[in-house]
Amino acid sequence: MQDFAVILISTILVNNFVLVQFLGLCPFMGVSSKLETAIGMGGATTFVLTLAAMSSYMVNSWILVPLNLEYLKTISFILVIAVVVQFTKMFIEKSSPLLYRVLGVFLPLITTNCAVLGVALQNTAKAHTLAESTLYGFGAALGFSLVLILFAAMRERLSVADVPKPFKGAAIGMITAGLMSLAFMGFSGLV
Amino acid sequence: MYDIIAQHPLSAALVTLVGLSIIFGAILGFAAIKFKVEGDPIVEQIDRLLPQTQCGQCGYPGCKPYAQAIADGDPINKCPPGGQTTINAIADLLDVEAPTLDAEHGEESDTKTIAYIREDECIGCTKCIQACPVDAILGAAKLMHTVIVSECTGCDLCVEPCPVDCIDMLPVDKGLADWKWELPPTAEQQIQVIQPSDIIASDHANQQDNNDADNSGEKAA
Repeated sequence: MQDFAVILISTILVNNFVLVQFLGLCPFMGVSSKLETAIGMGGATTFVLTLAAMSSYMVNSWILVPLNLEYLKTISFILVIAVVVQFTKMFIEKSSPLLYRVLGVFLPLITTNCAVLGVALQNTAKAHTLAESTLYGFGAALGFSLVLILFAAMRERLSVADVPKPFKGAAIGMITAGLMSLAFMGFSGLV
Repeated sequence: MYDIIAQHPLSAALVTLVGLSIIFGAILGFAAIKFKVEGDPIVEQIDRLLPQTQCGQCGYPGCKPYAQAIADGDPINKCPPGGQTTINAIADLLDVEAPTLDAEHGEESDTKTIAYIREDECIGCTKCIQACPVDAILGAAKLMHTVIVSECTGCDLCVEPCPVDCIDMLPVDKGLADWKWELPPTAEQQIQVIQPSDIIASDHANQQDNNDADNSGEKAA
C-alpha cells in the first residue's frame, strides 16, 4: 500500500512528467489558454494515459516477453496508444459533442503526446507489475492535469495583465512554464 | 503454441503484429457501432438558438443550413433577426468571442415589422408567394394576395420580387400580448455622473500643492 502512495506522489509531484521530465509539452502549451478546455483535456488525457499504461503492460508482458519480441515494444505501444485515443475520441464525440468541438485537433494529438508513450516505456524499464503500471499511468495523468490546470489558470490571469510588449502572448507563457518547472524541482527529495 | 511460434522469430513478429492489429481493429469497429453519432448534435443546438425566421439574410436558404455552416466554421454574426442576443448565445455555446453583427447582412431593428400588401394594387403575379420562406402569403395566379399576419416573420424577402412595389413593411401594432408598462427611470439613470474633468481647477491645484509638500517632507526626512 505504501508503495502505491509513493508511486502516486512521485509521479504527480516529484517526477512530474511535464515540468520535471519535459514530456507532453505540446498540449501543455497548446490547450492551456482557457481553464475549461484545460480541464477537459486533463480528463481526456487521464483516461487515455491510464488505459494505455494498463493495456501496454498487458501487451508487453503477456505477448511480447513470452515470444522474445521485446524489440517490437515501441511499435506495439504506439499501436495500443493510437487505438485507445481513437476509442476515447469516439466516446467523447458521443457523450459530449461540445468538449469534442472545443478539444478539436488536440484530441487526436493525444496520440503523439510523448508522455503517453513515455509512461508505457518507463513501465517496462522499471519492471512494474500490472497494478503498479496502471497506477503509474494514472499518477502521471493526474500530474499532467494538475500542472495543465494550474498553468491555464495563470494564463487566464496573464492575458489581462499588464505584460511588457516584448513578452506578450507565448513568450510570457514560456517564462511562466519555466518558473513553474523551477518550483516543481523543489519537490525533489520528497520521496 | 508459444514454442512453435518462438522458434521462427520473423514469423513470430509478423503473427504478433497482425494479431494485435486484428484485435484492436475489432475493438474499434465495435466502438464505431456502439458510439455511432446520428447527424451532428452541435448543429441541432445552434439551430435551436437561431430565430427560425428562415429569412435567408445570412446568405443561406434558412436557419438550419446556417447552423450547419456555423458548425463548419462560418462567422456567427450574420443573423440580423436574432441580433446581438443570438450572437452572444451562440458564442457562449461554442466558447468563442462574441463579434458584433455584420452590417453587410442587415441591421438589427428595434421595432418588429411585417409585410403588408396594398391589395388594390396587387396584380396577382404570385412572385411574392414563391419568395416567402414561411408560406405566410395567401393567394393564387391573377387573384389578389394577402399576408397572414400571424405567420409573417418580417424578413422582407417578398419586397424585392414584387413587380408593382405594392408591399410595405409596416410596424406591428402593439396588442395585449406584448403591451407592458413603461418603467419609470431608475435612480441610477437620474443621477448625473460627475467626471474628474468637471471638478474645478482650484481643487486640483490645492491637491497638487499638498502632494508636493508631502514629497518634500519625505525627502527632508
